[in-house]
Amino acid sequence: MKKKNNKVFISNLITYAMVIIAFVIMFSLMNAGMLSRSTKGLLIPICVWIVMAVSLNLTVGISGELSLGHAGFMCVGAFVGAVIATVLKQPVENEALRLIIAMIVGGVAAGITGVIVGVPVLRLRGDYLAIVTLAFGEIIRNVLNCVYVGMDATTGALSFGFNNPSLPGKLIVNGPQGVQGITRISTFPIGFALIIFTLIVVLNMTNSRAGRAMMALRDNRIAAESVGISATKYKLMAFVTSAALAGMAGALYAMNYSTVTGAKFKFDTSILVLVFVVLGGIGNIRGSIIAATVLTVLPEMLREFSDYRMLIYAIVLILVMLATNSPAFKQWFDIAKEKIVSLFGKKDGKGDAANE
Amino acid sequence: MSEKKQTTMVPYPSHAIVPERDVDKKPVLEARHLGVEFGGLKAVDDFNLIIGATEIAGLIGPNGAGKTTIFNLITKVYQPTMGTILLDGKDTAGMNTIQINKLGIARTFQNIRLFDKLTVEDNVKIGLHNQMKYSAGTGVLRLPGYWKQEKRMHEKALDLLSIFDMQDLADHEAGSLPYGAQRRLEIVRALATNPKLLLLDEPAAGMNPAETAELMENIVKIRDTFQIAIMLIEHDMKLVMGICEGIAVLNYGRIIAKGTPSEIQNNPTVVEAYLGKKKEG
Repeated sequence: MKKKNNKVFISNLITYAMVIIAFVIMFSLMNAGMLSRSTKGLLIPICVWIVMAVSLNLTVGISGELSLGHAGFMCVGAFVGAVIATVLKQPVENEALRLIIAMIVGGVAAGITGVIVGVPVLRLRGDYLAIVTLAFGEIIRNVLNCVYVGMDATTGALSFGFNNPSLPGKLIVNGPQGVQGITRISTFPIGFALIIFTLIVVLNMTNSRAGRAMMALRDNRIAAESVGISATKYKLMAFVTSAALAGMAGALYAMNYSTVTGAKFKFDTSILVLVFVVLGGIGNIRGSIIAATVLTVLPEMLREFSDYRMLIYAIVLILVMLATNSPAFKQWFDIAKEKIVSLFGKKDGKGDAANE
Repeated sequence: MSEKKQTTMVPYPSHAIVPERDVDKKPVLEARHLGVEFGGLKAVDDFNLIIGATEIAGLIGPNGAGKTTIFNLITKVYQPTMGTILLDGKDTAGMNTIQINKLGIARTFQNIRLFDKLTVEDNVKIGLHNQMKYSAGTGVLRLPGYWKQEKRMHEKALDLLSIFDMQDLADHEAGSLPYGAQRRLEIVRALATNPKLLLLDEPAAGMNPAETAELMENIVKIRDTFQIAIMLIEHDMKLVMGICEGIAVLNYGRIIAKGTPSEIQNNPTVVEAYLGKKKEG
């Protein structure tokens, strides 16, 4: 027990340390003015995608349900968060505080959406569940595409319209054109704080009674129920927690831009997050963090290939997937590595001989 | 095991038998006219059984007789289409597997169902899920309740594992254990839910004679320490005849004989079910 506890403890410590060290380095580089504009612009998206990947890993890796609608919850968080931040612009002067309030409200809204979606969806299993989450993700986005919110400039009173843009005051949510006129208040330190919060929630939950129940249901549902664990309760708990965290990430994401539209949270965004989770290793939180970071940075680094960018991105994805999952490829890779090593070894030997 | 004293079985209440020591106690399980149909096929029909509070009962029968189906009916993996099941005198109609477990029935599975990727200790802790509770919020925030309950769980888990001398395996991955140890771990996990009735589905399958002998001692030990009833399905007749006090024989979904081990061994219907009919003349 002591040993095992230590193992989990050390593994979690490494995860936290990795994130904190990366933050300190990037933050000091940023303050020293040593980061280029494009690198600086990547910092907040990296935080957002890390939180998305870690939260999805709770559903996919720990609870064992394939969810393809994670972007839908992010969308709810983004819209609600952006509206709250706009509304609170006058009363709450402090930008950081306003952002935090917006993230919390966005997270709660996404969590409530998670309950509404989760209750019917979690009655399904396997592929059916995946397909229905996909559908719900699209439904959420399309519903938000029809929402109009107007704010009276003087009183600050809100008016809502569904498919009806003729509202009094200034439109802050303009249907398919999304939320407009957002003040860009997202900062890297708050993004980092959200990552730490997400890690605390996910890692602590995993290593507790609730997390064990989730993993038991994942590994063997019949056996878990036979020892009195309620599948509905714990699957819903994982799903809602994951949705709420995605909502918070969505709010952070929205406040990084001046406009946010529903089109940004399409099905491919859900798949993108799933790719982070799968590449990082299902159930492996640290892997999710690394995969989300690398795969957010990679497309930017490939910018010089312009047209071939997505092609190369796809090839890299396939190669990584093969390298991590296929035993045949691993063997081939090992042989290749050995050959290269021996080649260099020979070369070195020759070089030495020549030198003598 | 060889010098085992034969338990005296007495009628209860009229058509069933329980060990003499249990006759004044409420029977832990009573099945009345239990039956289930799968699309017209009667997998179990008119199954009547009473198990005494501390009885070790055996359920035997040829392959496909419906033994595991009975377990699945008792634990509500299948809902019975006919009859009633009383647990501790309480009607279990309309309950699900989870409620049944909370009421006090725990089971093991014929094809082992452990949480393979988790450690042995975590498997037992999952069994303790409803015994030692704290909320999910307490777990996330690591409040004092978390540390207190986790410590209690850890101690209880090791305590339970020590029944089978498995406390040294606590850190191992459950899926990596040898077959016999996996079967034993399943029993420990079931015991962790603090049952009144433990259902063992072929506990000795895949065990060698030495392991089986040890298992027999342990089943009796479990009954004596926890004062619970145990019902087991088993093909190993040495085990069944050695430790079971009352035995029910099932064939084609119906009980064909009930009685003590010696009665069952000498019952012509049972012999016929197992070995076939003697040719006349």
